Amino acid sequence: MTGPLLQVEDLHVWFDLEDRGELHAVQGVNVSLEAGERLGLVGESGCGKTTTALAIMGLLPSSASVSGRVLLEGTDILNGGDEAMRQHRWVDIAIVFQGAMNALNPVQTVGQQIIEALELHNRAKGGTARARTGELLEAVGIPAARAGRYPHELSGGMRQRAAIAMALACNPKVLIADEPTTALDVMVQAQILELLDGLCRDFGLALVLVTHDLPVVAQLCNRCAVMYAGEIVERGPLEAIYHSPGHPYSRMLFAASPDLAGLDEPVLSIAGAPPRLDRAIEGCPFAPRCDSVFDACVVRPRLEEVAADHDAACHLNSRVPA
Amino acid sequence: MSAEPTLLEVDDLVVRYPIHRGLVGSATRQPRRSVHAVEGVSLSLQRREMLALVGESGCGKTTTAQAVLRLVDPVSGSIRFDGRDLVPLGPRELRPVRRRIQVVYQDPYESLDPRFRVRAAVEEPLLIHRLGGSKSERAARVRDALVRVELSPPELYLDRYPHELSGGQRQRVAIAAALVLEPEVLVADEPVSMLDVSVRAGVLNVLDGLREQGLAILMITHDLSTAARFAQRIAVMYLGRIVEEGPAAAVVRNPQHPYTKALLSVVPRRDPRDRQRPQILVGETPDAVAIPTGCRFHPRCPVAVEQCSVEDPRLARPTSAEEGHRAACILLGQY
Repeated sequence: MTGPLLQVEDLHVWFDLEDRGELHAVQGVNVSLEAGERLGLVGESGCGKTTTALAIMGLLPSSASVSGRVLLEGTDILNGGDEAMRQHRWVDIAIVFQGAMNALNPVQTVGQQIIEALELHNRAKGGTARARTGELLEAVGIPAARAGRYPHELSGGMRQRAAIAMALACNPKVLIADEPTTALDVMVQAQILELLDGLCRDFGLALVLVTHDLPVVAQLCNRCAVMYAGEIVERGPLEAIYHSPGHPYSRMLFAASPDLAGLDEPVLSIAGAPPRLDRAIEGCPFAPRCDSVFDACVVRPRLEEVAADHDAACHLNSRVPA
Repeated sequence: MSAEPTLLEVDDLVVRYPIHRGLVGSATRQPRRSVHAVEGVSLSLQRREMLALVGESGCGKTTTAQAVLRLVDPVSGSIRFDGRDLVPLGPRELRPVRRRIQVVYQDPYESLDPRFRVRAAVEEPLLIHRLGGSKSERAARVRDALVRVELSPPELYLDRYPHELSGGQRQRVAIAAALVLEPEVLVADEPVSMLDVSVRAGVLNVLDGLREQGLAILMITHDLSTAARFAQRIAVMYLGRIVEEGPAAAVVRNPQHPYTKALLSVVPRRDPRDRQRPQILVGETPDAVAIPTGCRFHPRCPVAVEQCSVEDPRLARPTSAEEGHRAACILLGQY
């Protein structure tokens, strides 16, 4: 048994602020992904989920400092410099962003952009590259004849499909999808989710789905990592997190989305806002918003096992019943 | 049925946007074409009621709302508010009506002026409508509006700028700026879709509380689970038409139109064990310039029969449905 396909170890990201301060955006994230697995990375805006995804891809701006390790099949791709990262980025790990319009070059046809990706990575040239582009487009549900279209000639859903085709150009093992359906309509969202589901099944792709929408994760993923204030507060199989959450934040996030199966249940928002990350956090970062806070919460909890393969960072799990 | 008269009654509303033919087009006398945004929509709204207009982008739900706000001119149809048709009214006559029908938009990051403090943003509508009396009376109304959207104590928020507020708080300020005029109808166009999931429920609960106090709310949304949880009635739109409407619980639990069924099947469920087999419709929102013949939905409909491309169905009450639940499909109850 070899190690996991992708393993993130003690990842920290700091951003330099203009007023000489620092923002500790990611605070010691540990997460792993097996081949073919589908992981949901969930949390509110600003919780560090996109920063984590960009750090894995080596795509953070130069104002960011990163520490920790990102192991791809056992090889650290984070600390080998840009050269090491370039060998793996798009080749082994690819990413799709939220606004597909911004990911595509508006003055090039989608076909040209995919051909460029293939040629840049020495995957194919000329006629072979054109043929492969057609296959890729067909695989994501775009007729190959539309390779000559410009991004603005495609609908939002089609653009997102084109961006996925481009990400798949080099047959990556891991696809990170950062809010891939957020700007899309419900029916188009369902189409894209079905596409991602099919790609994972047919090509054995491992998926990291970054989103704030837990029901979308519930439909597509088998594991989930819930982030809050830069750290993972719960991770494990999705069913376990939904049916027996180990952290009040996970439970409250689920309760904040209305569900067709529970029309009479109250839908409750989580009062307050996440803490600022440009100063040290004392105690549990979620304590000010938590509905189950007690005296132990003044100490910052660590991620600990609550069941097999299910960890949470909450003192409630080790509370001795009075 | 309540004896209270209907507050807002839209009847057979038609809105079209002409497409410019361009110089060549008009020189060669190409036919004038238009986008058929809304084609014969009828709906009604009572006090103390939230009606959710649901559908994909381009289905005409926002255009319907804009017509109600009289921000676009309908081609035909009537919009009766408190017994009076708004369609023939000019800008001067509309002014007092506008105070009574207010709107909240999707994006609180765009709808608030970044240079206005909360106090000024909420007071502005009073100044525009020359209401609220003296300065101190206006200040009292501003505070009152903030309390009603649960931004209390108001002193905590009055002097803040939008950038100092969270998304949920901004949207509450936008709602307060509408409430300060004491409207009877609030049009809420995707009021929470830009907000984080954790704060959406808070804003929706505020709207629900205002409704309980008597406000009539027309909510535009593409999220059926939100509509089902918060609205009393749901109207599902497809390509400029209402294809199904009724009490929210009836539409969600006993959907009649194949389009409603498909929309419901793709709503993600929270419980991972509750994975649905989504009935995914191919293609995207169809072109509102070239409307299909017969039933507008038939090219994407999973159960369409030949007759569907000929006959344009009207809203009717299916035998298995409850009072006030109607759908427009010739196959009602047959599949």
